[in-house]
Amino acid sequence: MAAAVSEDVWAEQNTDPDAIDAALREMLRSRHAANQTLAPARVLNLIVVVDRAWKGEISNRLARVGRYHASRTILCAVEDGRDTLDATAVMSYEDTAGGGIGVIRESVEIDMGPEHLSGLETIVDPIVISELPTVLWCPHGHDDAIAALQGITDVILLDSDDFPDADEGLARAQEEQRSAYVVDLAWLRTTPWRERLAASFDPPARRASLAAIEGFTIRHQAASTASALLLAAWLASRLQWDTRPLVSANGAGLHGRAYTSSSRYIDLRLEPAAQDVPGLAGVTVTCAGYSLSLDRAHGGLRANETIAGHGEHSWLVLGASRGEGGILGEGVRQALLRDPTYGPALEVARGFQAHAG
Amino acid sequence: MQSAAVATEVEQDNPLIAGLERLPVRPTALVIFGATGDLAHRKLLPALYNLAHEGALPERFEMVGVARRDQEHNEFRDMAKESIERFSRRRPDESVLKGLIDELRYVPGEFDDDDVYSHLRRVLNEFDQRAGQELNHVFYLSTAPQFFPVIAGKLGAAGLNRARDAETRIVIEKPFGYDLASARQLNAEVLEVFDEPQVFRIDHYLGKETVQNLMALRFANALFEPVWNRNFIDYVQITAAEDIGIGGRAGYYEGAGALRDLVQNHMMQLLALLTMEPPTAFDADRVRDEKLKVLEAIVPPAVSEVPSMAVRAQYGPGTVGGKRVVGYHDEEGVAPDSRTETYAALRLHVSNWRWAGVPFYLRTGKQLARKVTEIAVTLKPVPHLAFKSQGSVGVQPNQIILTVQPDEGVSVSLGAKIPGPTMRIRPVNMEFRYGTSFMSESPEAYERLILDAMRGDATLFTRGDEIEALWAIIDPILTEWHEDTTSPIPQYAAGTAGPPEADALLEGNAKWRRL
Repeated sequence: MAAAVSEDVWAEQNTDPDAIDAALREMLRSRHAANQTLAPARVLNLIVVVDRAWKGEISNRLARVGRYHASRTILCAVEDGRDTLDATAVMSYEDTAGGGIGVIRESVEIDMGPEHLSGLETIVDPIVISELPTVLWCPHGHDDAIAALQGITDVILLDSDDFPDADEGLARAQEEQRSAYVVDLAWLRTTPWRERLAASFDPPARRASLAAIEGFTIRHQAASTASALLLAAWLASRLQWDTRPLVSANGAGLHGRAYTSSSRYIDLRLEPAAQDVPGLAGVTVTCAGYSLSLDRAHGGLRANETIAGHGEHSWLVLGASRGEGGILGEGVRQALLRDPTYGPALEVARGFQAHAG
Repeated sequence: MQSAAVATEVEQDNPLIAGLERLPVRPTALVIFGATGDLAHRKLLPALYNLAHEGALPERFEMVGVARRDQEHNEFRDMAKESIERFSRRRPDESVLKGLIDELRYVPGEFDDDDVYSHLRRVLNEFDQRAGQELNHVFYLSTAPQFFPVIAGKLGAAGLNRARDAETRIVIEKPFGYDLASARQLNAEVLEVFDEPQVFRIDHYLGKETVQNLMALRFANALFEPVWNRNFIDYVQITAAEDIGIGGRAGYYEGAGALRDLVQNHMMQLLALLTMEPPTAFDADRVRDEKLKVLEAIVPPAVSEVPSMAVRAQYGPGTVGGKRVVGYHDEEGVAPDSRTETYAALRLHVSNWRWAGVPFYLRTGKQLARKVTEIAVTLKPVPHLAFKSQGSVGVQPNQIILTVQPDEGVSVSLGAKIPGPTMRIRPVNMEFRYGTSFMSESPEAYERLILDAMRGDATLFTRGDEIEALWAIIDPILTEWHEDTTSPIPQYAAGTAGPPEADALLEGNAKWRRL
């Protein structure tokens, strides 16, 4: 059972960063003096810039990240017409009655106006914990905030599925890569699929089939084209396929070809599928004499394998769905890691989109 | 060598695994002998569920429980479900749990009955047919130790120790042997059937994050290694204290005692990791080669030397956590004249260039004042003291404390100036705690170890020569304590820090850390 969580709260209208910083220090000092078994989490800072009207939705998403909370979250809520800063700081901590160390997490909400964004660094910098990596997430755009915080941002969290079209999302991710490490939630939606494909072709007898792939089809929620492109691009980049732009399949997704070094082609298809949740619905890999499909199912992925001369096998690959809350939490966690395969996949994915219509 | 080769093969040849945190595990059928026992109930089945939840089990995964209890598949499934619901570290997802449980199979019978192995073979063949491929086999021996050689032998006789196109591994729980001779005997019996790379001797301490972090602390930080030697370290204490008695385990504990229960395995592993030389690579044989070297540098005492380097004791009645508790002799199932130790303390020396002259103190016991497992490394005092100690506790030697449980972390004690007009010094702590420095909770040790065994990575398992080296150090102490049937066994009141006799082991300025 989860430990009970208590909170200390400070709030001030028409405040400034020094006052917020002083309040955080004082809350920490007095809480630690009252209970020395409490210690502040010191893993990473998360700065979130949102439209104030949608603050609640983002706060709810952040509350659902499971155990992957940032140590200090600074939520900047932007509201038209506002020219002062109002702030609330909350220090939450677990009950340590059962013994052990209790972890303190801090969150700060600052209501601000659009005019503040160009100088956002001067507001946020005094409040971040300086020795920790800082992650920036701007789910509602706010390019001026991204530019202003470039100097203190180590990691940019974004969702390339969250843009009006996949090309724009992937282009933004590529652009942000120039100044910071990018954690892309669209990429993280592909993780179980990448793991399962890697595992399916891991047995030595099966690995040879990688060089004989003839087709790769991805079924995805219509709004998750970026995820689908990234998965196709991942396979292409790992197997060093020569790729070409994909074209529209008469409004039913994208299709095209990639080529191996021996000029053999692979048929690529990205097909929208009816699915309530964002992300991928299934994949099918076909090779000469072999095909493997993985599709979402209760309790994991349903695998269907057909081997020429050996018939068809079907089984459930176990794994719990992480949900969108879990994917955001995974995004926070990934900010501390480095995935060397995202960059090459992103580059190929951009190439897929070069002339897509 | 095979295990390292398997890992290397996976990492080098599959182009799809780059960047993945979770490496693939080949299709596997896991067979748990003793599947209705306490370990399976509390640890193994919940660990398997958590691996399933995270999508970490192999693509094709099958599990068979083997035990003496006569029951049907469904009864075993119900039992497994209850174990998982009760002991899993996370609330089970119904659909994943159902997916795991529905496929479980059960084979009843005595472990020495050939029919059990014929039945098992049929079930495993059925799995292979269903999968359209030969699955790897992992046989997990979670039984009473007397069955280890029996099961290994029967697996060999049934031809289940090898597969044509797949790997076969055997995981053997502790205790691996009762003394040096029995450990050698068991090694010989197991290795008659399986090759060493197929054998995974488990010590679940090695699966703990904090224990693995010992290597990270030493070999990923330039801060510690320069002082990690006889020139700077005064002494080391390794403590594994428990604040509970033997519970209902008198049958096991009377035959084991504190030395076998914790020192020979867990505590000696901590000592080996603390003192070994840096391996050239973090792979199974390189790490275990270094551990073996340092264990072989611990010269086993002559039997006549044991009284001066080892102390045993038993807990008497006392108060623990405000409750009165009975002494060991009054525990149910304990012989009134039992000489089994519930407390053991040792002083060991590592006779090599790095550690010559540094005493290593190990102590463990039941019904002590507090539950704590830690390593305390005490550095030598500074050579010249410019500060006066008047008005303060003064300058104390630095200590590096690695806590394995309950609060996993590392702390370093430093001398710092007390605020005020005079230069007074007192120790302060710099602390690293897992809970505040990492967002993720540590997985259960068994999750990591089961996965490693299925992957064929033996780094965190004990090799045959290593286990014999561990027993060789302990064996003379066991012999002396066994042969000495007349000396009174020191007693300590339950809820205290142990017997005062243990103080006699300490050399120089050393003193036992407060529990």
